[in-house]
Amino acid sequence: MLTIKNLHAEVDGKEILKGIDLEIRKGEVHAIMGPNGSGKSSLASVLAGRENYTVTQGEVNFDGKDLLELSPEDRAREGMFLAFQYPVEIPGVSNINFLKTALNEIRAYKGLPAMEAKEFLKLTKEKQQLVEFNANLMNRSLNEGFSGGEKKRNEILQLAMLDPKLGILDETDSGLDIDALRIVAGGVNKLRGPEKSFLVITHYQRLLDYIVPDFVHVLYNGRIVKTGTKELALELEEKGYDWLKEAEVHV
Amino acid sequence: MTSDITTPFYQYILDGGNGLTPKEDVLYGVRQDALARFRTLGLPDLKTEAWRYTNIQRVLKEQPFVLQQQALPVTAAQLAPAFIPELSCYRAVLVNGHLQPELSELPAAKDITITKLSEATQQKGFKTFFDKHPHLADQPFAALNTALFADGLFIELKANAVLDKPLHIIHVYTLTQHAFLQPRHLWIAHPHASATVIESTLGLHNDAVAFVNSVNEVVLEENAELWHYNIQNAVQNSRHINQTAARQETYSRYHHYNFALPQATMIRNNTSVALTGSYTETDLHGLYLANGNQHVDNHTFVDHLVPHCNSNELYKGVLLDTANSVFTGRIHVHQDAQKTNAFQQNNNLLLSEKATINSQPQLEIYADDVKCSHGFTVGQFSDESLFYLRTRGIGAEAAKHLLVNAFAFDITDQVHIPALQHYLTEEIRTVISN
Ligand SMILES: Nc1ncnc2c1ncn2[C@@H]1O[C@H](COP(=O)(O)OP(=O)(O)OP(=O)(O)O)[C@@H](O)[C@H]1O
Ligand SMILES: [Mg+2]
Repeated sequence: MLTIKNLHAEVDGKEILKGIDLEIRKGEVHAIMGPNGSGKSSLASVLAGRENYTVTQGEVNFDGKDLLELSPEDRAREGMFLAFQYPVEIPGVSNINFLKTALNEIRAYKGLPAMEAKEFLKLTKEKQQLVEFNANLMNRSLNEGFSGGEKKRNEILQLAMLDPKLGILDETDSGLDIDALRIVAGGVNKLRGPEKSFLVITHYQRLLDYIVPDFVHVLYNGRIVKTGTKELALELEEKGYDWLKEAEVHV
Repeated sequence: MTSDITTPFYQYILDGGNGLTPKEDVLYGVRQDALARFRTLGLPDLKTEAWRYTNIQRVLKEQPFVLQQQALPVTAAQLAPAFIPELSCYRAVLVNGHLQPELSELPAAKDITITKLSEATQQKGFKTFFDKHPHLADQPFAALNTALFADGLFIELKANAVLDKPLHIIHVYTLTQHAFLQPRHLWIAHPHASATVIESTLGLHNDAVAFVNSVNEVVLEENAELWHYNIQNAVQNSRHINQTAARQETYSRYHHYNFALPQATMIRNNTSVALTGSYTETDLHGLYLANGNQHVDNHTFVDHLVPHCNSNELYKGVLLDTANSVFTGRIHVHQDAQKTNAFQQNNNLLLSEKATINSQPQLEIYADDVKCSHGFTVGQFSDESLFYLRTRGIGAEAAKHLLVNAFAFDITDQVHIPALQHYLTEEIRTVISN
């Protein structure tokens, strides 16, 4: 599904990603953990196509396509979705209109006609229930004045609506109370399937109790310094990241 | 008046103007006075405060031009693109400022009089209000219009009349040579009357330049209500000076919306309201969306002469390419005008580094018990918002369109006719996607 080879990227002339290798196969869930500033969001940004990052070396293959060649919108249309760590507020663009536009642009790319109003409403209702999203928020401006938790739920609602092949969740659990966390994780679990993959960025092992990953990677100073299974998350929770500094030296 | 361009222009107008009106014309005296006023006021240049950012001399350069141009034939098919889809309305079609009854669909005469202004000079309403608006007195282009106008629309809504459908006025311009046109209108809404009037423009000529200097006096008598939409679009090779001067009596409500869209080269709007009766409501709302080399200048003036009036002004601008815009918002609250509420806001979205905006409020407040505010912003698209939309599969074009619509929403959302709202949204879409 996603193959990253020796990925280097910089922003404002500063190297942030320093050689990342990662392979995510269909149906797998990978978690990335790591201290603040280690480059987790940067990796997500580079994958989504944020323009201020420059890839200096390496390659990324997404389901047979050279990902780095694609515009951000084409990456999304090919089935990549990034749930933002900090979703933006866009006054004046209604949530529902935004979702409809996004859905239909993706459909048009695939050669499908715009979705019928009735069908769209049905889909929206269904996905809203999946993440227990307050229906009143649908007609409000996109994320404007939403609470932190509402914004995060909205990201997962969009993910559910757009039905991507690869969902990247950047700290979707931060700022959620335990009930919201359970709902969001439950939503993701319902979306899991043999054709869908997830990359879950988190600081907290507790999320991984709900979304059980196949692999856990530790990102440290722009590199993946350790890969393990879900037990690694527990170990990190216990010991922190300091012991990995040693590991980095040896890489 | 020493510049190469204006001296002949000025002279030409004075000479031409002198010969246009025969002595036996009922307006002969009024026109001669106006011409004398124009001579005293002179043609503005960049040193004239109100014209500092609009180089009017630069746009007067096409010569020779004619000072009057009769209507040329226009077919129904040529007119059709100016229709607003799905809008059920009456229609008044003017060609080069002359009403064309055979192209129009006018409402029944029991509620409303719609005639050529040239045929209304004996009407009481004309005699009472024509050229009487206080804000026109010191305007050189208004004086010029009074001196030279050929025709325009006279609309009189009778007392208590409620027009059941909007009236769509289509100003068609079709020229074979450069022309300096002076349409002149007078609209009167008598007590308790109400109506919606939509103006829009259509150009059918290619190379000839239309310089349109129009004046519209609007009178709202007691408790009258008027929704006035002015859409300036679809006339290439044109320059417009448009003066809309309204006056409001007690309890009247005037909702003015201006949409300045491509393709005119230059648009200068002097939109002014004199509040002569108390307890009035005034909305002055504008959206200017300028592209290419367009220059759009909105001068607004709300004159609070009496107590207890509310005025609300919001102008929003979206500027592309090398477009230029000017906004000047004058609010004058006279000493007697206690309990005035006067709000003004001008927000701009620059979509190009080469576009420019000049904005200045002019607040002159001489009463102490009033609420007034003003504000001005210039912004760019947030890259962050654009990126967010694109990561959802929304192409850069569509994303921009969503964001421009979001910006314009405060204005378009207030358009109270769905078909018109839809039409305007589509016009915006067309401009953004070009
Ligand atoms: N525009 C930028 N200019 C310079 N440095 C940047 C820029 N954007 C990010 N960085 C730097 O890149 C590094 C990685 O940031 P990133 O946001 O990827 O970290 P993170 O692992 O997601 O951290 P957190 O856990 O706090 O979310 C940080 O040192 C950050 O300061
Ligand atoms: Mg981060």
